[in-house]
Amino acid sequence: MATIKDGVDFLASRLRQIGIFLALIVIIALFQVLTGGSLLQPANVTNIVVQNSYILILAIGMVMIIIAGHIDLSVGSVAAFVGAMSGVMITQWGWPWWAGILGGLVVGALVGAWQGFWVAYIGIPAFIVTLAGMLLFRGLTQMVLGNQQITPFPTEYRQLGGGFVFPELFPAATSPMEWITVGLGVIATVLLVSQQVRARAHRVKLGLEDEPLAWFLIKLLFLGGIILAITFLLASFRGTPIVLVVLGVLIVVYTAVMNRSVFGRHVYARGGNQHAAELSGINVKKVDFYLFVNMGVLAALAGLVFTGRLNSAGPGAGNLFELDAIAAAFIGGAAVSGGVGTVVGAITGGLIMGVLNNGMSLMGIGTDTQQFIKGLVLLLAVAFDVWNKRRNRG
Amino acid sequence: MAHTILEMKDITKTFPGVKALQNVNLQVNRGEVHAICGENGAGKSTLMKVLSGVYPHGTYEGDIVFENDVMSFSGIRDSEKSGIVIIHQELALSPYLSIAENIFLGNEQSKRGFIDWDSTNQEAAKLLARVGLKENPITPVSQIGVGKQQLVEIAKALSKDVKLLILDEPTAALNDDDSAHLLDLISHLRGQGITSIIISHKLNEIKAIADKVTIIRDGRTIETLDLQEDEISEERIIKGMVGRDLESRYPDRTPAIGDEVLRIEDWTVHHPQDPNRVIVDHANLNVRAGEVVGIAGLMGAGRTELAMSVFGRSYGKGITGKLYKNGSEIRAHSVKEAIGHGLAYATEDRKQFGLNLIEDIKRNISMAALGKLARGGFVDAGRETVVANDYRKSMNIKAPNVEAVTGKLSGGNQQKVVLSKWMFSDPDVLILDEPTRGIDVGAKYEIYTIINKLASEGKAVIVISSELPELLGICDRIYTLSEGRITADVPIAEANPEVLMQYMTKEKD
Repeated sequence: MATIKDGVDFLASRLRQIGIFLALIVIIALFQVLTGGSLLQPANVTNIVVQNSYILILAIGMVMIIIAGHIDLSVGSVAAFVGAMSGVMITQWGWPWWAGILGGLVVGALVGAWQGFWVAYIGIPAFIVTLAGMLLFRGLTQMVLGNQQITPFPTEYRQLGGGFVFPELFPAATSPMEWITVGLGVIATVLLVSQQVRARAHRVKLGLEDEPLAWFLIKLLFLGGIILAITFLLASFRGTPIVLVVLGVLIVVYTAVMNRSVFGRHVYARGGNQHAAELSGINVKKVDFYLFVNMGVLAALAGLVFTGRLNSAGPGAGNLFELDAIAAAFIGGAAVSGGVGTVVGAITGGLIMGVLNNGMSLMGIGTDTQQFIKGLVLLLAVAFDVWNKRRNRG
Repeated sequence: MAHTILEMKDITKTFPGVKALQNVNLQVNRGEVHAICGENGAGKSTLMKVLSGVYPHGTYEGDIVFENDVMSFSGIRDSEKSGIVIIHQELALSPYLSIAENIFLGNEQSKRGFIDWDSTNQEAAKLLARVGLKENPITPVSQIGVGKQQLVEIAKALSKDVKLLILDEPTAALNDDDSAHLLDLISHLRGQGITSIIISHKLNEIKAIADKVTIIRDGRTIETLDLQEDEISEERIIKGMVGRDLESRYPDRTPAIGDEVLRIEDWTVHHPQDPNRVIVDHANLNVRAGEVVGIAGLMGAGRTELAMSVFGRSYGKGITGKLYKNGSEIRAHSVKEAIGHGLAYATEDRKQFGLNLIEDIKRNISMAALGKLARGGFVDAGRETVVANDYRKSMNIKAPNVEAVTGKLSGGNQQKVVLSKWMFSDPDVLILDEPTRGIDVGAKYEIYTIINKLASEGKAVIVISSELPELLGICDRIYTLSEGRITADVPIAEANPEVLMQYMTKEKD
């Protein structure tokens, strides 16, 4: 009897961690039924990934900003500005495509440094600095473009937003499966499982493991199953979108940065208790500054992906991206007061919003209702978090 | 004969685990100035919070009899309606509202739901005249000094038809002129029939204006002295404040004192917002290896400010003076530099300044020296856990594992996490600010043992404490601080509470 109760207690303690994943699965299942199976069609899965990739990239930077206790309202405008600048570099200045991409990232870093300077060293609240940035960079975008679109972009440039990994090696015509994708999926699964097993062995050796073995195995089976299922779906369409590889690398790298790097620890410490961080010798200003530089680079990357996908840089690009990215971070468990949040959570939150969008569009639900429902989801997700926190305290 | 206006009978107030007040009795006559004296933490403020309804009726035992009626206040509004107004140490004024608006805040002069500005400003002007403040009522409060703000608070109290005015450390933040004016005003109000209770540790002020003084110690009333009738000396009051037994609650230790490790010379610090206010005034002190040095001072003497300004200038502006480590001058303009020179400062307020309460034990312990666990910018999480676990065992931190969130630990265990954090940074000098504040007796003993161990390892330890017995129990030498100045350097053999208290209350010549 005791073991059953222990198991229930354990699940309850993990509720906050796994709640968000459960929510995503429930939403996917719901729309799979409601759309009569269209949601998980291979073409649509690819679509969901590509369509949401730039929001997910932004969500990574945003959750870091939010963990530190700030906010960034300017990312949509910055993405548009970088798209426009890279367009000017390539089409007007005649730079090669790769120089346009690198140039765009440098512009993003400079924009981030500008905002970081005001937040960290002048001490203006990030809400104000980035609200101003939202207007500033939207205005600059329009000035750079002269209110006209830049189009078309070189084919190589467009791969970032719309391309697939090695499409010519195994064209869909010659094989029912896209073998590169299958290979990538299997490698990813093996890497994940071996990393998890090693981490667990390490924890067991130190005598720190409190997770039941059964739970660990269920978790592994589940995660591996999901990766392989996505692999299968992608492989039966056109293969692996390049942006998915980029996103995968970003998720792995930033998860490591936030969990294990000194910088990541300083971000959590700064957001959890700024005074304690300062009195522990952490240079809070520097942390803030580099967070905004990082956000600028990620916003630039999102802008490049978006521009590539649309094959055009327009004055209205990236409108309201910031709100989707902020919503993703909060749905993913970040705390408004700072100090709490994870990259994986923010990605999951972004996917919840993405699946909601996609599923409702497939059902032919109007954008008015979509907005209404997304607003409700955001509110309820954060309310759940607050409730859960209070329950734990009491 | 004098009539009793207020009688507090057998007041007992319990917080979880602590009896803050135990059968306290207080009798105040109409039209007198009644002072309440006691060490920090003796229970003065708690008593006043009971009286003013901050702790509502039912959360304490005993009776409050005011003007012959037993009172059961459920909040500050209730007590104010009866004519009891408390003015807290931290002023409760809204800085961007005008003087007049502040005076009538919550009690607005209105006609049919709209503010009557003429009446607001005229009434305010009358009240300002009563307290002797020559300012235009429409001036924003942020534009007048602290002394004048204090007068605005009193004007606000007068606007509520105050019968009993409670002032909690009214002159703590004031300069001499403002203090003198305020004391005059209190005597003047006494002439108008207003009774005052004044909490203060400035004994000369109490002697100057109070009719009676009630002394509280360890949550109990010790005595009430009549300053009018008997000739009461300051020493007599001090004896009442500190006269408890030195309990044998301190572990034994044989000091092995080596060479000087840290010396502070001519250290002067100004208030960060008000550059004219000197918070630390040409302080000199030193500490040697293996030595435990105490800093004693009353609230507002500048103890924490001195420590934090030395620790990477994390407090204050316009800091001048020199720091010497092992005989050579060092520069510590940031916390990082200070830590680099082997300094550590464990704060008096661990929740606000010491811990990341939403984070676990191991990440708090590693916070100040994360670089020691990192290679190439990445933290070795396994080693971090091992290190934290070692501290959990050696410091006896009561938690199932080092993944426990520090916000859920008891005060004593939180303090051990803070100490672990600083021990891991491997300092030569540890400044411990109120290391046993808010923790129970058993945990205190453990903290003292840790301090002894640090000293025996050759570290220099500075302990700041409000509890004189604690300093007398664990230190080799005690500096006393009064109004930002070091007033004495007392070897432990010559130290006793009376001597220390005299130096701690020594005024500027």
